[in-house]
Amino acid sequence: MSYLEYTVKTVPAGFRKVLYLNWPLVILLTAVAGVGFLMLYSVAGGSFSPWAEPQMKRYVLGLIAMFVVAMVPIWFWRNMAVVAYIVSVLLLVVVEFFGAVGMGAQRWIDLGFMRLQPSELMKVTMVMLLAAYYDWLPIKKTSRPLWVLLPVVLILLPTGLVLTQPDLGTALLLIIGGGLMMFIAGVHWAYFGMVIAAGSGFVAMVFRSRGTDWQMLKDYQFRRIDTFLDPSSDPLGAGYHITQAKIAMGSGGWTGRGFMQGTQSRLNFLPEKHTDFIFNTLAEEFGFVGAVSLLILYVLILVFCIFSALQNRDRFSSLLTLGIGLTFFLFFAVNMSMVMGLAPVVGVPLPLVSYGGSAMLVLMVAFGLVQSAHIHRPR
Amino acid sequence: MRRTPRDSAESVRKISRRGLILGGAQLGFAGILGLRMRFMQVDQADEFRLLAEENRINIRLIPPSRGQIFDRNGVVIAENAPSYRITMVREDAGNVEDVIARLSTLVELDEDELNRALTEMDRSAPFLPITVADRVSWEDISRVAVNAPALPGVTPEVGLSRFYPHHETFAHVVGYVGPVSERDLARYEDPEPVLRIPRFQIGKVGVEAKYEEQLRGDAGAKRVEVNAVGRVMRELDRREGDAGTDIQLTLDSGLQEYCKARLGQESASCVVMDLEHGDILAIASSPSYDPNKFVRGISVADYSVLRDNNHRPLASKTVQDAYPPGSTFKMICALAALESGIMSADDTAYCPGHLEVGSRRFHCWKRAGHGWVNLEESIRESCDVYYYELALKVGIERIAEMARRLGLGEAPDVPMSAVTAGLVPDKEWKLRERGASWLIGDSVNASIGQGFVLSSPLQQAIMTARIATGRNIGPRLVKRIDGVDTPSRGGESMGMNENHLRQVRKAMHAVSNNRRGTGYRSRIVSEGYEMAGKSGTSQVRNQVVRNEDVPWEQRDHALFVNFAPYNNPRIAVSVVVEHGGGGSAAAAPINRDVTLQALYGGTPPLEAYPSADRSRIKAQQERFAREREERLSNASSRA
Repeated sequence: MSYLEYTVKTVPAGFRKVLYLNWPLVILLTAVAGVGFLMLYSVAGGSFSPWAEPQMKRYVLGLIAMFVVAMVPIWFWRNMAVVAYIVSVLLLVVVEFFGAVGMGAQRWIDLGFMRLQPSELMKVTMVMLLAAYYDWLPIKKTSRPLWVLLPVVLILLPTGLVLTQPDLGTALLLIIGGGLMMFIAGVHWAYFGMVIAAGSGFVAMVFRSRGTDWQMLKDYQFRRIDTFLDPSSDPLGAGYHITQAKIAMGSGGWTGRGFMQGTQSRLNFLPEKHTDFIFNTLAEEFGFVGAVSLLILYVLILVFCIFSALQNRDRFSSLLTLGIGLTFFLFFAVNMSMVMGLAPVVGVPLPLVSYGGSAMLVLMVAFGLVQSAHIHRPR
Repeated sequence: MRRTPRDSAESVRKISRRGLILGGAQLGFAGILGLRMRFMQVDQADEFRLLAEENRINIRLIPPSRGQIFDRNGVVIAENAPSYRITMVREDAGNVEDVIARLSTLVELDEDELNRALTEMDRSAPFLPITVADRVSWEDISRVAVNAPALPGVTPEVGLSRFYPHHETFAHVVGYVGPVSERDLARYEDPEPVLRIPRFQIGKVGVEAKYEEQLRGDAGAKRVEVNAVGRVMRELDRREGDAGTDIQLTLDSGLQEYCKARLGQESASCVVMDLEHGDILAIASSPSYDPNKFVRGISVADYSVLRDNNHRPLASKTVQDAYPPGSTFKMICALAALESGIMSADDTAYCPGHLEVGSRRFHCWKRAGHGWVNLEESIRESCDVYYYELALKVGIERIAEMARRLGLGEAPDVPMSAVTAGLVPDKEWKLRERGASWLIGDSVNASIGQGFVLSSPLQQAIMTARIATGRNIGPRLVKRIDGVDTPSRGGESMGMNENHLRQVRKAMHAVSNNRRGTGYRSRIVSEGYEMAGKSGTSQVRNQVVRNEDVPWEQRDHALFVNFAPYNNPRIAVSVVVEHGGGGSAAAAPINRDVTLQALYGGTPPLEAYPSADRSRIKAQQERFAREREERLSNASSRA
């Protein structure tokens, strides 16, 4: 592991780096965050407090963090990958520890100015670690069983910790994200075939375990799955949320009911309208046009990441950029599926739009890494 | 470790391939999301829009204001009075206990109601107003209003509630309204939504119940926007309802008041009928109750007092109770005999004080006997044996037919609750209902209004009215509805021989005006106002004991019917005093007083009374005037 393999001379240095930033990406990110501010302003009944203003401050903070991270050479981050991963795991353990002592299912650590969710941090540091791992691992060994097993362990360790919080949504994202990282890195197809087969068997077993002594999911988790499969089975209980969310979404029509005119969100029929279900407010007030526009912004960010990765000949940078793009994709794809009734409600926020500090800050740092890889790519 | 160029190329190639595959999959999934959005927001938009509107728009009913009830002169009998209550909104009150404590220093709060309100407040949404004090006075309301700044969340509210300003006077006729009960709802196949409005009142008994549909009116509606927890955000539009129809009764509130006062504490009833259109001018049952208590929901204690009273204040005795008509039935027998041609008014019978029929001996009330009596004397002195003989000759079928022609045996068509048909027995009835054949003794009993015969005080009045007019006059209780006069119930000629009717009327005149008449003591002396009546005493027990010697419950019922004036009949009056003893003694004075009151349209001059009675009547009139004044001053202080 050394930066010697980079052609250092061709890498911009000093303040010139700023010119080499992927500026379209910055603009896209700001546009998405702007949509978030607008919606948070709307769901607060036309007020910057309590959500829009802190969210804007955090975005500015995130933007600064992104620039700082981007200025640091990518090889530094590669060398930090193991440390970052270990710190994240430790933080997860700390949360678990404090949770056990005091406050029940505690998912965050209070840093004073914000609440840090280690599970959010984990999503990025795991991508970093896997990218560094496959950068270090000779390509020939990629598909050897022992070298496949190691990253699997590295993925399952934090996943297990997150599951005990319990946070099923994040755990699923970690597993899927990690698995797809291995796929990108070139692990043989056969492994994935086996995992999918085993996974299906596992899911079947989870369902079989329902109502037995060795039940593997909490009752509320089972009920959520039931409700997802048939929301009308429980129209006033858990199904109420998803039903109301779909009504909000669908009643938007082509162009929506107008800014701050969405009855479903304004009259509180829509649950969690400032976090997980903020997309429904957007869809209600700006209709199909607004919803698809946001989707296009997301896809553009994703496409920028993929292009940046494919242009980059550095293995770590490529893997990292693709992995972060993937993480970003999983965020918005799972959230949108969830609020449109395509997936069970698992509690995944809409990236950069939903109210919440950790996710936003972590994502901005992640995009800082993408920018760093972009700036410091071999030329 | 530095990678070989071959390795690097391999790495880039692989990452590019897998990255493109994954990128393609991601874009594909994004496409699916886009399609889903299109499906929901374009294809299904109308359905979801409808669901959203159903979510946010609630339709609230506006209760219609109930039609009022007036007497024949336009005096209000049932009205909608403002009723004040104090409500409290939990979220506005802040510290509920503090506010309640402050409120209780201003207004007397009922402990039970307060506890109920507090539990209700805990259970319901914090923005819903909960009633903490109902039916408070105007003074209380103003005190609360003045201290509003110290009472956050407390609002004095005004609504309309049924009020019966005459309290007990019309209770049995007009009835009362009350909140809709589960049982009321169960009666309807598809109950109108208005019935589900909280606190909505519907007629429970009497005219209020019989004319419920007309009085209720049509509910208005308003569309309001509500949020997820049901808080009303704004009103979108409203359509006012139609108030219920006003109803004017034939009753004369002055006369009705008088009847009630005159019946006093007796368990008694009195009906006054006008002979032109059959209007019921007064229909009083005593003792009575205050219908206002039922409107607000009567307390268990108050209700059990009413229920356990052996004078049965809740019973509407004028229409609901049927009594053996006693000797008032004799006119029917006489008319049956005359109309059939079997007997004439001059035919006589010998009364030795009893008659043997088969092996049984039937007594006349006068043990010594009346000697030879003709029809007029038989009615005047109420000779029983004359009618025993008559029944044997005429037969029960003709008597029963005449009774039915005169209105007995069928429920009078009046909009009151539990109207009885009474009973006119005949051979077929006894076989059907009792499974036994008619005995001659049954006819003998029936001839003097005993045995199986039953009639209500209202039927007695109808019978008297028909005898007095010769028309099949019927009772009319509702004079105008929605500004339209109801048809007259004056009736048409029954086709009876006018001579026969005249003979019976003459005999009734003798009852009241002949020295030997049973009602002579309760006559009217003023010229042109003389009344013609008939007493009746219906036996409650079988053994022959003097009324004064048995407990109240076993004494005879006293009955008296009359019409007046004799020469130009204008009204018919029927009085029953339960367990009052003899009809001529207990009931006839009431008939006379009520008749005079009705004919004079107010307090009659003392000259109308026999001189012996005048001082007593004067005292009575003064007492009523005093009581009336007290009642009025009470009512005004209560309002």
